[in-house]
Amino acid sequence: MSAPFAKLPAWADYGLIPLINVTAAFLVSGLVVAFIGENPIEAVRLLVWGALGFGEGIGFTLFYATNFIFTGLAVAVAFHAGLFNIGGEGQAYVGGLGVALAALALDRVAPWWLTFPLAIAGAIAFGAAWAFIPAWLQARRGSHIVITTIMFNFIAASLMVYLLVEYFSPPGSMAPETRTFAAGGALPKLGGLFEHLGLDIGGAPANISLFAALAACVFVYFLIWRTRLGYEIRATGFNPVAAVYAGISPVRITVITMLVSGALAGMMALNPIMGDQQRLQLEFVGGAGFVGIAVALMGRSHPAGVILAAVLFGMLYQGGAELAFEKPKISRDMIVVIQALVILFAGALEHMFRPAISRAFAALSGSQQQAVADAGEGG
Amino acid sequence: MDLLTIVLILDSAVRLATPLLFACLAGLFSERSGIFDIGLEGKMLGAAFAAGAAAALTGSAWLGLLVAILVSVLLALIHGFASITQRGNQIVSGVAINFLAAGLTALLGQAWFHQGGRTPQLLGDARFKSLTLPGAEAVAGVPVLGPLYSELISGHNLLVYVAAAAVPLTWWVVYRTRFGLRLRAVGENPAAVDTAGISVAWLRYRAVIVCGVLCGLAGSYLAIAQSAGFIVNMTAGKGFIALAALIFSKWRPWQALGACFLFGLLDAVAIRLQGVSVPGIGEVPVQLMQALPYILTVVLLAGFIGRAIPPRAGGVPYVKER
Repeated sequence: MSAPFAKLPAWADYGLIPLINVTAAFLVSGLVVAFIGENPIEAVRLLVWGALGFGEGIGFTLFYATNFIFTGLAVAVAFHAGLFNIGGEGQAYVGGLGVALAALALDRVAPWWLTFPLAIAGAIAFGAAWAFIPAWLQARRGSHIVITTIMFNFIAASLMVYLLVEYFSPPGSMAPETRTFAAGGALPKLGGLFEHLGLDIGGAPANISLFAALAACVFVYFLIWRTRLGYEIRATGFNPVAAVYAGISPVRITVITMLVSGALAGMMALNPIMGDQQRLQLEFVGGAGFVGIAVALMGRSHPAGVILAAVLFGMLYQGGAELAFEKPKISRDMIVVIQALVILFAGALEHMFRPAISRAFAALSGSQQQAVADAGEGG
Repeated sequence: MDLLTIVLILDSAVRLATPLLFACLAGLFSERSGIFDIGLEGKMLGAAFAAGAAAALTGSAWLGLLVAILVSVLLALIHGFASITQRGNQIVSGVAINFLAAGLTALLGQAWFHQGGRTPQLLGDARFKSLTLPGAEAVAGVPVLGPLYSELISGHNLLVYVAAAAVPLTWWVVYRTRFGLRLRAVGENPAAVDTAGISVAWLRYRAVIVCGVLCGLAGSYLAIAQSAGFIVNMTAGKGFIALAALIFSKWRPWQALGACFLFGLLDAVAIRLQGVSVPGIGEVPVQLMQALPYILTVVLLAGFIGRAIPPRAGGVPYVKER
């Protein structure tokens, strides 16, 4: 037999291989912990306890997970069209401008439930606008979207520093941030909801933008798998040439997909700005846009996978903080290492274990067929 | 602005352009062979930390440089393994390298030196010190040429001169040697190179190793020549500016020198102009100057000022016909 690369059953393709890749990433992370002279098993115990062991930890885990659901979805949607949006960080940053403008305009005159929809609209508009230029340049001028979105991250960082320093910081203040929003610019926390469930999340900033994130997951699922546009996005991603022959415009798909992606990244800004700090600060995104890459790769670009991966990274962020407190040698930078290894093993090396697993399956199914044949002869 | 101010700005531009130039030439070798490399930033950062740590422990700048090159080549080989052998996505792999370096340098720096991720301050021979070229002091008093020679050309550390020498050397290797011809060919049409009986994988591996060595020099320059030790996230986006310069130079060595010097000059002018009002324009926002390399690159990529066409086989894993 010349082809040991037997087609794998779906559960192995979508479940087993990603699981093995992520496990490899965590095993190597464990080696890093052992290398700096700490016990990896003890570290995992502290991390899981820090993330899920008490109410406030769970609240913070959900708060971080909310960020990563948005940015993970943003990367995932672009992946479906075969586009790699590294610009989630910048799109979320600029999206924060939309959120802040809505909140600053309405917070003193309107209740939060009037500000919230406008802030969502602002986040969508500003995030999508920041993704539009790279999208248009890729579609019309053929410039590589990876490079342009990286450049736009840096341009966004400079732009936001300029705007915050020159226009948004209140008179008499040197801090590059907006004024603190009044009650109309603050989203309700989930503390009350969890009290009904018998859980005290303390001062954790988990807030109702979590539900906006879950709604975005449902939206993405329907968009990608249940609409004509989603079909066109996936067709372009699978085979751009065939898609053109099917009458799908690559320009239109590239631009629309990136607008959706940028809008999702922009919505991430709701969570830290209106949900937690009640003001727009410098660098509030804090790398969440990049975590989205790991989340999308780990979640195989499916909303359900994105939620799971986002919660896992939420646990890493919250548990990592507790771990750094208990074991100062394992600083929070460990999370960045884990993130890198997940991107490496679940992304760049995703096919490394496939030949071995295919051979194992081929051997298994081969012996099963042999057994069936033997039984047939016997009967 | 008098002559001395201009000379000082140019001098500062040379210092700021040097790490960009090393990283840009590193990217040139990798991308000319068909391996996209957005991990220049990570390799530089890893090398800077390795240089700072090794120089602090051994007290020797040369050992620092050696360890930096080893670490950078190791990171380059991870990228090579993922992109060449495993035929993975080169962009994803580059992103992973960047985060791996960012995380590991901060983590190990804190675990080993307990100074918030910094490496200890370097003294004496643990750094590459400024060299005074022969006759620099003698001609310093000569008008115009004196300050040009004694301030601008003389008085840099060894690595600045190595970077300057790397440009003609890269040009010679890429355009005048057999390896260079094959390197350019494998980035345009790997199948043709394969048909000629030359191993595509081995060529590309050699290209990423050269890329690693040059990124090692870039990181060493930051940590043990320009500064006296490593600080967290020391590269601060320089790897991406180098990438921008590479595109700006359309993957050619002399033009790379020009682009890197231009971006170094923008940086030097931005530092100089902080809070200064320019006649006729008013105060130029520092942030605009900082964003200018990225904006220029986007404009160039859009094809509004010339066209930047990358090597044709760039980013595509080579699958030998079966």
